[in-house]
Amino acid sequence: MRLVKVGIVVFPGSNCDRDMHHVLRDVFGFDVQYVWHTKTVPAGTDAVVLPGGFSYGDRLRAGAIAAHSPVMSDVRRLASEGTPVLGVCNGFQILTECGILPGALLVNESLGFMCQWTDLVVENASTPFTSMLYVGQRVPIPIANGEGRYYADEDTVRDLQRGGRVVFRYADGSVNGSVGGIAGICSDDGNVVGMMPHPERAAEYETNPVDCGPARMIFESLAGYAPVQRQRQRQISHAGRVGGGEGEARP
Amino acid sequence: MRRFIVTVVIENKQGLSDPEGETILRDLVLKEGRDEASGGGAGSNGSNESGNNGCRISEIKTAKMLRMTVDSRDAESAVRDVRKVCDALHLYNPIVSMVDITAEPSP
Repeated sequence: MRLVKVGIVVFPGSNCDRDMHHVLRDVFGFDVQYVWHTKTVPAGTDAVVLPGGFSYGDRLRAGAIAAHSPVMSDVRRLASEGTPVLGVCNGFQILTECGILPGALLVNESLGFMCQWTDLVVENASTPFTSMLYVGQRVPIPIANGEGRYYADEDTVRDLQRGGRVVFRYADGSVNGSVGGIAGICSDDGNVVGMMPHPERAAEYETNPVDCGPARMIFESLAGYAPVQRQRQRQISHAGRVGGGEGEARP
Repeated sequence: MRRFIVTVVIENKQGLSDPEGETILRDLVLKEGRDEASGGGAGSNGSNESGNNGCRISEIKTAKMLRMTVDSRDAESAVRDVRKVCDALHLYNPIVSMVDITAEPSP
């Protein structure tokens, strides 16, 4: 069976790309490639990760400049085709800045850079990154950001909640002023997930000796999802060839 | 063509909290007003009527400013052109911010 192939997009100023690479490759055995922001995502990539950091030094706003990077047109296309995309911290900020995910990340209510452990509560356990978690499960995980206060207007928040698109909330209320304590959301189809906390810092015993199990499940979920998605896309492609492109094959 | 200095002020939309502005008001401006009014003592009711040289400040909003040098036909064109750039490149985030653009002839 082919390994799950993951592309980690690297921008000038990304600084969690190596942590993510280590966890994806060394802990979970994925086939991982860095994708420089001026390049294209390699064909056959099963999932894309936008890691944390300070792309372009957070100039203008966190993620605002990276959102215009050439690679983002690829990310946008892959997202629309159903490829799993995970944005962590700065990656989440970039996904909102380019409009792939709704809302915005504002300066924390405390005005300070927050670097601490927190607990998340899972609200959506059906995304490619949460399918091996369960609704209500707590996930111990660190946050490390200065602009992590999720904001969206009332209508958008209502739509997110009604559509089951709030993936994670902070367990102890809103640690940074995020509306509704939202820590992570997903796209309409669920394949794009953005989250402020860092699962790559919580998914192995060495960095999370107390309880790395729940954060591991974020990556285990992807490991289980990607082959199914790959098979589905093969069937769609086959149906397109046989049926002249009409309709969609059943997965 | 003439040269203009175009000022772009980006600030949070109304109703969106501005913790930096609130902190400056609460922990500096009003506090200074209290300290002046009470001679540095505690127990003030928070009014700054007597402090800050009688300047009654009730709200502070912080903003980001971009100052651009633009060659254009006139000030209106300069503002219009810069607004297009701001919209196209999301120099401000319309979800959370509003923008005020003004132009003056370059000295």
